[in-house]
Amino acid sequence: MTRVRLIAVPVVAALVLGAILLLATGTDPLAAYGAIVSGAFGPDGIGDTLAYAVPVAGMATALAIPLRAGMVNLGGEGQLVLGAISALAVGLYVPGPGPVKVVLALLAGVLAGAAYAALAAVCENRLGVPLLISTLLLSYPAMSLAGYLVRFPVKDAGSSLPQSPQLPEGTRLPELDGVTTGIFLVVAVIAVYAVIDARTPAGFETKVTGWAPRFAEYAGIDRPKLTVRLLAASGGTAGLVGAIAVLGFPYRFIDGALITPQYTWIGLLAALLAEASPLGTLLAAVFFAALTSGGFAMERATQVPRELTAVLQAVLIIFLAATSGVFKRKAGRA
Amino acid sequence: MIDASLFSSALTALTPILFAALAGALCQRAGVFNISLEGSLLVGCFGAVAGSWYTGSAWVGVVVAVIAATAYSLILAIGSITFDGDPIVLGVASNLLAVGLTSFLIRTVFGTEGSFSDPMLRGLGQFGPIPGQSLLVYLSWLAVPALAVLLYRHPWGLRLRGVGERPEAASSLGVNVTKYRYGVILAGGALCGLGGAQLALGSVTLFAENMTAGRGWIAVVAVMLGRAHPLGVLLAALLFGLAEAFGFRLQGIGLPQQATDAAPYVVTLVALFLSNIKRKKGQPA
Repeated sequence: MTRVRLIAVPVVAALVLGAILLLATGTDPLAAYGAIVSGAFGPDGIGDTLAYAVPVAGMATALAIPLRAGMVNLGGEGQLVLGAISALAVGLYVPGPGPVKVVLALLAGVLAGAAYAALAAVCENRLGVPLLISTLLLSYPAMSLAGYLVRFPVKDAGSSLPQSPQLPEGTRLPELDGVTTGIFLVVAVIAVYAVIDARTPAGFETKVTGWAPRFAEYAGIDRPKLTVRLLAASGGTAGLVGAIAVLGFPYRFIDGALITPQYTWIGLLAALLAEASPLGTLLAAVFFAALTSGGFAMERATQVPRELTAVLQAVLIIFLAATSGVFKRKAGRA
Repeated sequence: MIDASLFSSALTALTPILFAALAGALCQRAGVFNISLEGSLLVGCFGAVAGSWYTGSAWVGVVVAVIAATAYSLILAIGSITFDGDPIVLGVASNLLAVGLTSFLIRTVFGTEGSFSDPMLRGLGQFGPIPGQSLLVYLSWLAVPALAVLLYRHPWGLRLRGVGERPEAASSLGVNVTKYRYGVILAGGALCGLGGAQLALGSVTLFAENMTAGRGWIAVVAVMLGRAHPLGVLLAALLFGLAEAFGFRLQGIGLPQQATDAAPYVVTLVALFLSNIKRKKGQPA
């Protein structure tokens, strides 16, 4: 019950604040909100929402995995892009039959993301650079590397844009009604995460570390080892999302295409909203994806800039963070 | 390769980071973990441009930037101190809010998308002996010794550090922990406002969506690298500014831009490693 109230209060507060902002720009809030809902879930919009939800839910899960143990991975963008570019390289340059290449490309994406995130974990364990900082700092060189690759060695010769050539016909993940079949992979990862979280010792150790880090250490949980494992799982998932993105439409790597839509940051917000619980993170990610795709519909219908939905998302999290503190204190007193 | 203009462009690159990093150092000293510097900088940029455009005076722009960024930092202050929310969650969310809000406002206020630049927009202009630098650049350098003296030679600074190191002890001695923490977050917001004004009206005169591009995050790193000491923070920001300026130089001799873009982050990471290794060796085993 408290949990419901915990979410409901910030949602209402964010909607009220958004309504004030809408009134200030001279728009009927109900019309704008109506346009968001019908745009996100209407027959024309549901496909967009799902297509957007795949990377957001994937990244949300990736960032939720270490967050469950109280570790914040801020390097999702670098891991995502590195996974994408690795999958692309396999798809373009490794010989062999199409389906085998697709599997290899997905694996390459997972491995690249996992290795890069694990490197950040090693930076914390061995060199004392906090995870928050090591993940963040490592993210930028990865993005620069990808930007360099698609401008020079892997550039599409027939185009003036910084993008790679398209993957050949057989080396692609097909689409169903505009949604990549990669959606099944993302759902599978979330299912695995849910099972590990709820049913295995590893999931329990992670949660204990999140609840009480000192107690966890006292109880014999090897924190450095756990950090490497969680970060590898996190980066691997981010890399998979990147691989799915290039193996799906438009079947190539375009510089900035995975960064500009803010999949990583919206995913992080979703994971924070759900306190990294597997199903909650999925729900929150779909909710945020719907808000974002609904925002585009609202912009078309009412001239209100779509960024309103980005404001709503952030405000919601701010209210949630603030009220969770209040509830925490009340519970402590009782 | 190394000449006066290299340092001049390093100065330009480091000023917004220095302001934000000093803000972060103040907060750190009072025991507040502030990662919302990026958002405060961006709000400062927008405030500066809006103020300058409406009044035709760059200095009104600076004042508006300071007010806007200070008001914005209330989110972290109220959320983390009064409501006891998680500062990391609040910081991440308020950084994203700044991106969304300024992009929303640039479209509703100026009716344009992406970036806003206009002949009516007044820049800060040049000042003093170093060509190409605004008054705010010198102000950022003055702020370093001023904050160092304040923190280490003034009773106010001693109490502030007490609040950061032993809040219960400070509180039992009659120091109002809440007041001090609110004070540093708001003062940090004001400093970020100055940094944002320099970024938007200093060497260029425009507002672009997400124009801070990670500088606030670099400031968070500079706070770590400089161990939250104003002089250390200055050195860290200088290192970053030099790496960025040197990168531009290397582009001139044919190195691709993407390689030099990454340079400041790699340099900072290596500097963090080295400083930690040195510190570990310094500790008795």
